[in-house]
Amino acid sequence: MSATKKLRVVHYINQFYAGIGGEEKADHKPEIREGVVGPGVALKAVFGNDAEITHTVICGDGYFNENLETAKKELISMIKGANPDLFVAGPAFNAGRYGVACGTICDLVQKELGIATVSGMYRENPGVDMYKKDVYIIETNNSAVDMKNAAPKMAKLGLKLARKEEIGASIEEGYLPGMSRINFFDYARGSKRAVDMLLKKLAGQPFVTEYPMPDFDRVEPGKPIKDMKKATIALVTSGGIVPKGNPDHIESSSASKYGEYDIKGVNDLTEKTHETAHGGYDPLYANQDSDRVLPVDVLRDLEKEGKIGKLHNLFYTTTGNGTSIKNSREFAAEFAQKLVAAKVDAVILTST
Amino acid sequence: MNLELGYIKIKDIKFADKAEVKNGVLSVSKKDLEKIILEDENFTAVDFDIAKPGESVRITPVKDVIEPRCKVSGGGDIFPGVVSKVHTVGTGRTHVLSGMAVVTTGAIVGFQEGIIDMSGVGADYTPFSKTLNLCINFTPKKGLHTHTYEESLRKAGLKVAYHLGKLGKDVKPDEIKSYEYLPMMQSAKKYPNLPRVGYVQMLQSQGLLHDTYVYGVDMKQSLTTMISPLEIFDGAILSGNCVSACDKNTTYHHQNNPVIEDLFEQHGKTINFCAMIITNENVFLADKIRSSDWTAKIVSHLDLDGVIISQEGFGNPDTDLIMNCKKVEGVGVKTVIITDEYAGREGTSQSLADADPAADAVVTGGNANQVITLPKLDKVIGTLDYTDKIAGGFKGSLNKKDGTITVEIQAITGATNELGFNKLSAR
Repeated sequence: MSATKKLRVVHYINQFYAGIGGEEKADHKPEIREGVVGPGVALKAVFGNDAEITHTVICGDGYFNENLETAKKELISMIKGANPDLFVAGPAFNAGRYGVACGTICDLVQKELGIATVSGMYRENPGVDMYKKDVYIIETNNSAVDMKNAAPKMAKLGLKLARKEEIGASIEEGYLPGMSRINFFDYARGSKRAVDMLLKKLAGQPFVTEYPMPDFDRVEPGKPIKDMKKATIALVTSGGIVPKGNPDHIESSSASKYGEYDIKGVNDLTEKTHETAHGGYDPLYANQDSDRVLPVDVLRDLEKEGKIGKLHNLFYTTTGNGTSIKNSREFAAEFAQKLVAAKVDAVILTST
Repeated sequence: MNLELGYIKIKDIKFADKAEVKNGVLSVSKKDLEKIILEDENFTAVDFDIAKPGESVRITPVKDVIEPRCKVSGGGDIFPGVVSKVHTVGTGRTHVLSGMAVVTTGAIVGFQEGIIDMSGVGADYTPFSKTLNLCINFTPKKGLHTHTYEESLRKAGLKVAYHLGKLGKDVKPDEIKSYEYLPMMQSAKKYPNLPRVGYVQMLQSQGLLHDTYVYGVDMKQSLTTMISPLEIFDGAILSGNCVSACDKNTTYHHQNNPVIEDLFEQHGKTINFCAMIITNENVFLADKIRSSDWTAKIVSHLDLDGVIISQEGFGNPDTDLIMNCKKVEGVGVKTVIITDEYAGREGTSQSLADADPAADAVVTGGNANQVITLPKLDKVIGTLDYTDKIAGGFKGSLNKKDGTITVEIQAITGATNELGFNKLSAR
């Protein structure tokens, strides 16, 4: 898309900002008008020659939330008809139902129409928690007085998104954290930032962490195997054991794939047959004898001794070294299905 | 304890017959250095090169980066317990050849050796694009055991830096910084109204080429203990590890530990920086529990108000970081932790391998998984043979047609340093 082309923008607002009325008019049904309405004036001023608000879509907050599925259908069809390059919703400031509506409709427009969207909200608006991971939401103050600050940020980020330009970190662009983690060069080196943060924390003053702790994903352990003598056991490792030569080129760190390899008839992994692709530990001992990481030899013994039913003839492997949790989850979700289909009863997962 | 650091600004490095530091120019005798290095029979050959800021030069695979320093007065000597005799350091005067570094390179030891670009976009991510670098390219004896190679290489770099540092002994420094570090009780008496602040430094000790040495002791064999921050300026802590290049602390990082510098900057003004604790990052759960218990125990016993905790490496050590943070907060001492992130190439994955609500004050060195394309540079010191294999590289990282290299910034030496050496961050 050429940067010189004037972009088409559709703006979403609620009944209050459209001047239709307050709570008593919250059941206002979706409508579309040509040109700007209400806060669209402030956006139009900052868009200048870069973009034009061709249409404004209006919906009552009550109607939207109480008739969600119908409202979504009506709105998406209106927006699609206006054929925008960018969809802007709000800002909703601290209005809860309005915020949820802005987030919901932005998310839908992105997913269904593939059109860039941007919204604006106060950080405590419930719409933030619901949509901060899916929608760029410019952080605003808690009242409409902040429109003069919010409009330029929303317009600037919206244009970048519509033009598919590189998006900076949340702190640079002014959106609420929750989307991708993006690198940038900060005001001072990290040690100085740490001292500054500690001084604030010691003085009981507000401070902002650079990385809010996520809710940690805890996995419930599976049920115990009742009869190991009949169980099919599979080996899975994040220790990077691969056939010699690493045929699928699994990365030494930050793996983008996993491998599936056959060990039918293999009783022992040797220096000649297997090695590790993992870059997070000294490979010497694993390369000498890969059973140290993927214990095929011991499981074959147990199989012969009748202590386990059998060892599954395929193993799954990747390198855990710096591999993102997202990738790991995707790998496991995929090969777990294969293990289930192969009637594997239990998995020994080795790490390093 | 008082220490004066005299910084001699090195403006240029050249090869010459006579080694000396004169008018800010370091003259290096290749012959002298070759003799020092080839004393070790594990090396069959060695070459030297100089890389300057702004040049179209790439150094890789980088093993360690070291700053030449020398003791002018006070007890002990630089790199105690490894290059010099074991003797407590951190007092008197030390001279620093500042603005330069010794960079060791050569055939790869492990997967985790980095890239230093002296110009182009990669230069923005490594602090060593701003130093004049004396590069040593080692050729090891054939069939040399990896661990022996690592040890020989580590020691050779330190010996060279030690030798060069000596050249600054009688040179008048351009700048002198003075540091005061008092015994705890005296410090508390001198600054009765300032919060007592400590620094907990976590040292990489996962083993198998992931080791850090303190006065020559392998840190994985130590309990959590105390040290004076001034000892670190004299090379009491040395890198011996091959963790990913972006967040391993090279010896240079230890010698110039920015947390220590920035805490001293506030010392006597807003805080009383009166304690430093070093702890390890061992792989066994029992070790992790024991070491973090001891961290909290020492912090509590010292009656500190707050600490900064810095990490080294990622993944497995994230658990040590969170344990330290949680337990220190648990004894009522406020923490700020410094880490870096592995949020995936898209930046949408969870950044650390562990998490706890107690870690409410986090400083990040950035997302190490960010992908970057480095331009072709005219000259390579070392070799590009391992570019696809080093941590942060992948198949096809080195574009053989146009010479560009596409890697995660994980592969760049010092890019996401967890001592907070850089301005890089993420949100």
